[in-house]
Amino acid sequence: MPNFLLAAAGLITIAVALGLARILRGPDDIDRMMATQLLGTGAIGTMLLVANATGVPGIDDLALGIALLAALATVAFLNVVELEPDEMGHESRD
Amino acid sequence: MSLAIDAFTIICVAAGVFFYVAGTIGLIRFPDSLSRLHALTKADNLGLGLVALGLLPRASNFPDAFKIIMIWVLVLLSGASAAQMIGRALRRGRR
Amino acid sequence: MNVQPFLDISLAALVIGVALFTIIAKDEFSAVVAYVAYGIFLAIVWVRLYAPDVALTEAAVGGGVTGVLLVMAGKRLDVSATMVVAKKPSVAFSAFVAACSILLAGSLAAVILSLPDAAPSLAPQAAAAAQGPGAGLGNPITAVLMSYRSFDTMLEKVVLILAVVGVWSVGADEAWGAAPAPFGPATPSDALLFLAKTLPPIGGLIGVHIFWTGADEPGGAFQGGALLAAMWMVAMMARLADPPPINSRWLRLALISGPAVFLAIGVAGAMLAGHFFAYPSALAKPLILFIETFMLLSIAVALPMLVAGPAARKGVR
Repeated sequence: MPNFLLAAAGLITIAVALGLARILRGPDDIDRMMATQLLGTGAIGTMLLVANATGVPGIDDLALGIALLAALATVAFLNVVELEPDEMGHESRD
Repeated sequence: MSLAIDAFTIICVAAGVFFYVAGTIGLIRFPDSLSRLHALTKADNLGLGLVALGLLPRASNFPDAFKIIMIWVLVLLSGASAAQMIGRALRRGRR
Repeated sequence: MNVQPFLDISLAALVIGVALFTIIAKDEFSAVVAYVAYGIFLAIVWVRLYAPDVALTEAAVGGGVTGVLLVMAGKRLDVSATMVVAKKPSVAFSAFVAACSILLAGSLAAVILSLPDAAPSLAPQAAAAAQGPGAGLGNPITAVLMSYRSFDTMLEKVVLILAVVGVWSVGADEAWGAAPAPFGPATPSDALLFLAKTLPPIGGLIGVHIFWTGADEPGGAFQGGALLAAMWMVAMMARLADPPPINSRWLRLALISGPAVFLAIGVAGAMLAGHFFAYPSALAKPLILFIETFMLLSIAVALPMLVAGPAARKGVR
């Protein structure tokens, strides 16, 4: 069973890594963000499987931590994107 | 009994892997951002959800099982919120 | 059939591939996104190397806090790039920069290649110290961090504070003492509001859990602090909270509390237990927890302040 779980973990990692092709192709930054979002979710699945297969303590807490941060970068990105043009005013250089 | 549990785990995890792969293929192949968002959320919700479901019976005690459920709930929560925000940004032409 | 070598090689290739892409990507934002992905891959690599403590730090800092910092900076640079017509650097200047980079990378490589075959290592002493009587903790990594190399651990937090001071010092003179610019638009979307109201309570609990469990299992003040920092940032993105003015007393006290408490206990150790940073063995565990609590606070406050940037004048972001 552990071998099956590890193989599944590897498969998930490789699958979501292929999704990174979206970073290359874009076309928009939002597509690129989606690729990392998928990668983060994949990493959580991988960690869960590895934690169960190997029994190394702490990997489940790691998955918990990543799950908490999974969408943080995406949300930060969208927040900047949503700024109104007048909120984008730039500091004059002096 | 343990055979049935093993079979359950294998079926659920395999289905989870399938949704991860499907999500990736969708992210690469779909023609526009909104369709790609659709593919992404399947991996978030179903891929991880099925993997978590498959691992549940293998958890050794209640806190471990609760942790697995919490991980999925957290991803659902933040993934769904992010997806809403992505959809809104796309509709408003902010990309 | 053993799939392990195949997985290891693919993982290594992926990490190197993403790292290379981060360097050669033409588009600024692609590089930023690839760097976030790189952090996630590194976390997986650390898990593979049986180092969940490092993986947790990498995920919380590399994938989480640095991710937010770089994504926000990258997107803002994007906007300013359309406003300022960037002058292309001259060929001579590019060649000079390339030569400097090659020199630096070359000397680092030379240093590493010239190491003696059995590389000098403090690992045996550290392992002995982790087992030592004064440690009193189940997690050898926390024991080493807090008991064997406590001075380094304290200085790391000082570095973090220096970084915050560095960020603050690039602000405009007349803005000094004011608050940094808010994190997001004045009217956040409903989805973000919902997230910012539900996630931080759970996240705060998880951050404290990771901090507490660090005594016996992977985790600790830095990882827990980074998670708490992330939760504060989520609240600030939804404008449920705004960055505090940089001259507010509680902010500055919170920033220095970790190293200050650490140093005070270190000096007390010099007087009571014989040498600098020694803990009386009966009190080792409570003392370490006491220090780590304040370090947690320092880290949780310092990281969002790095992301928030320098003080801004009114109406400027």
